[in-house]
Amino acid sequence: MQGTNPPTATGGAPLLSLRGIDKSFGPVQVLHGVDLDVRAGEVTALVGDNGAGKSTLVKCIAGIYTTDAGEYFFEGRRVQVHGPRDTAELGIEVVYQDLALCDNLDIVQNMFLGREEKKGVLLDEPTMEEMARQTLASLSVRTVRSVRQLVSSLSGGQRQTVAIAKAVLWNSKVVLLDEPTAALGVAQTRQVLDLVRRLADNGLGVVLISHNLNDVFEVADNITALYLGRAAATVRTKDVTSSQVVELITAGRSGDMGIIDTSATAAV
Amino acid sequence: MSATPDSPTRNGDVAATAAKGPQDESARIAELARATASGGSPMAQPAEEPTFGEGIRAYITRLKGGDIGALPAALGLVVLFVLFAALRPDTFLTPINIANLMVQASSIIVLAMGLTFVLLLGDIDLSAGVAGGASAAVMALVMNDAGLGWYLSIPAALLTGLAFGTLIGMFVARVGIPSFVVTLAFFLGIQGITLWLIGEGGTIPVRDQVVVNIANGNVPVGLGWVFAVLAAAAYALITLGRWNSQRRRGLNRDNFILVVLRVVGVAVVLLGLTAVLSQNRARVPGIELAGVPYSVPIIGVLLVLLSIVLGRTAYGRHVYAVGGNAEAARRAGINVTRIRISVFMIGSTLAAFSGIIEASRLNSVAPGSGGGNTLLLGVGAAVIGGTSLFGGKGKVTNAVIGGLVIATITNGLGLMGQRAFVNFLVTGAVLLLAAAVDAISRRRRASASS
Repeated sequence: MQGTNPPTATGGAPLLSLRGIDKSFGPVQVLHGVDLDVRAGEVTALVGDNGAGKSTLVKCIAGIYTTDAGEYFFEGRRVQVHGPRDTAELGIEVVYQDLALCDNLDIVQNMFLGREEKKGVLLDEPTMEEMARQTLASLSVRTVRSVRQLVSSLSGGQRQTVAIAKAVLWNSKVVLLDEPTAALGVAQTRQVLDLVRRLADNGLGVVLISHNLNDVFEVADNITALYLGRAAATVRTKDVTSSQVVELITAGRSGDMGIIDTSATAAV
Repeated sequence: MSATPDSPTRNGDVAATAAKGPQDESARIAELARATASGGSPMAQPAEEPTFGEGIRAYITRLKGGDIGALPAALGLVVLFVLFAALRPDTFLTPINIANLMVQASSIIVLAMGLTFVLLLGDIDLSAGVAGGASAAVMALVMNDAGLGWYLSIPAALLTGLAFGTLIGMFVARVGIPSFVVTLAFFLGIQGITLWLIGEGGTIPVRDQVVVNIANGNVPVGLGWVFAVLAAAAYALITLGRWNSQRRRGLNRDNFILVVLRVVGVAVVLLGLTAVLSQNRARVPGIELAGVPYSVPIIGVLLVLLSIVLGRTAYGRHVYAVGGNAEAARRAGINVTRIRISVFMIGSTLAAFSGIIEASRLNSVAPGSGGGNTLLLGVGAAVIGGTSLFGGKGKVTNAVIGGLVIATITNGLGLMGQRAFVNFLVTGAVLLLAAAVDAISRRRRASASS
């Protein structure tokens, strides 16, 4: 792994680049020199088996974990990330699996939670509602009827939609989605995948963490497979088959792709 | 979720429509045209005003979904009024009894307003009643022993409450003891403080005219009318102004007729109450006793102020958020610890104010002030009014309606000459009923969302 080289990649300069990320928890090294590129307008899928380090990598990107080694580039500049506030300022938003919505608040209130628009000391509800409506309209959301519904009345897919809309409300540039379709039915998965695609079409860099290869092949432009804490390979979705990706996930390699040095995996 | 060509699609789904066959082809084309022209989202068009029927149906849907709010309490209040008016036609609906009822309800309502903040976080403050008693004792001592006026003794009492609340909040939010245990300890400890301040068997009289007037004085009739008309007009202006701005900006809003009905309802209640309380209610001929008791406008001001805090400020929004999902609130950057401490501070300060009103009503403070069933009446008022014991749901208005229900039960049973044990039994049963309604509607909310 070449730690210090600036990111080079195919298909335009990446919005977000990680180079040689190491992360250990005590004696256990979870990430070994991971590289990752996220480009504007593309969906990058992050796949890997349980324990491959997907969630750890996401939390490193989000600034929740500090990395032990490696470099973090944003829009070509090297940046230091010390916490979630830093990444939020850069325009990186994470939609976690458990969504973190308040059931007792409505959609607008949830989308602006903690960042309310104010007029003096009072809340500026009309402006917030307008901005929420514009955001949902820009994502062509057709499944939400009224932005003044309580979140408790929404279906799983609608909740996911609200959580994603909340993430893009702040002109964010990169959105990370942690298993957005894990708990959804067929129709709702469809809606959310459409939404994921639209995020990228609107020019955002999207990272999709998923176990479901059907979803990945449907919306992702690139796939980065993690294998035991290493980035086994980053491939264009159109260049690979599903079974090749399965091999990358389960064995770390497939044909001439993947980790060549098998002794490295033995050390884990 | 199909879209028909003539009705504006709110929930349209191209895929679903496409699957339905050729007869829906024109609908599908219309839908696709709309989708490509406007981004396909109903959010791209201004929100429409619901019709009267839609407004009513939406309300019924909310009720069925377990979001019942103050409806049972409001209905209960009407039933109680009808019941007691029928059973005691000569006494219950007389102006003097209505005035009594309002004064009796005042301290319960203020206590319940404070408890609403604590309950919104799913916590409980068992010490609120005795905190009010101890604060009133401090007030009485500052007035009598130190000889200072109400302008110093009332703030001293409120600060006492604030101090109790801050300590409770620290123990709950910083140390991490469940609020039930912390406030149970304070319930015992504060009674000790009151006893120590007043001395066993002693009673401190409250003679300061301003303090006595809170519960015993009346607003001059003319001024009372001015207040009532101004309040009704202000409510109408603000409500209609907000509705108009929502309409202009194409935002979600209620049906206009329903808004007008609400404005009229508030005006009728305000002016009707003023009319009843402005009649001469002196039992002795030749003496004029009329006007709205001072505690009523005081509660009105508190109601408006606290409703603004909870409903229209970021702080209030954060209180609801922490009560609904503390983890989500934390991730949104809200300081959950600070919010938790603050609700106990507000709760105990309002409890102190409730203690002042009670001391004013009784003209004295005793070691037992705020003990007994005071707290349970306060919690009962909040919960009967529709504030959830599980957190995240409730309003200050609920405390007012619930407090009136509790006071009406006490007042009506008293007029019927029932003995105290009946009062306890009935109030306990009503509290249990309200908590059951709360628990069941919570279950409905949970099942409605899955």
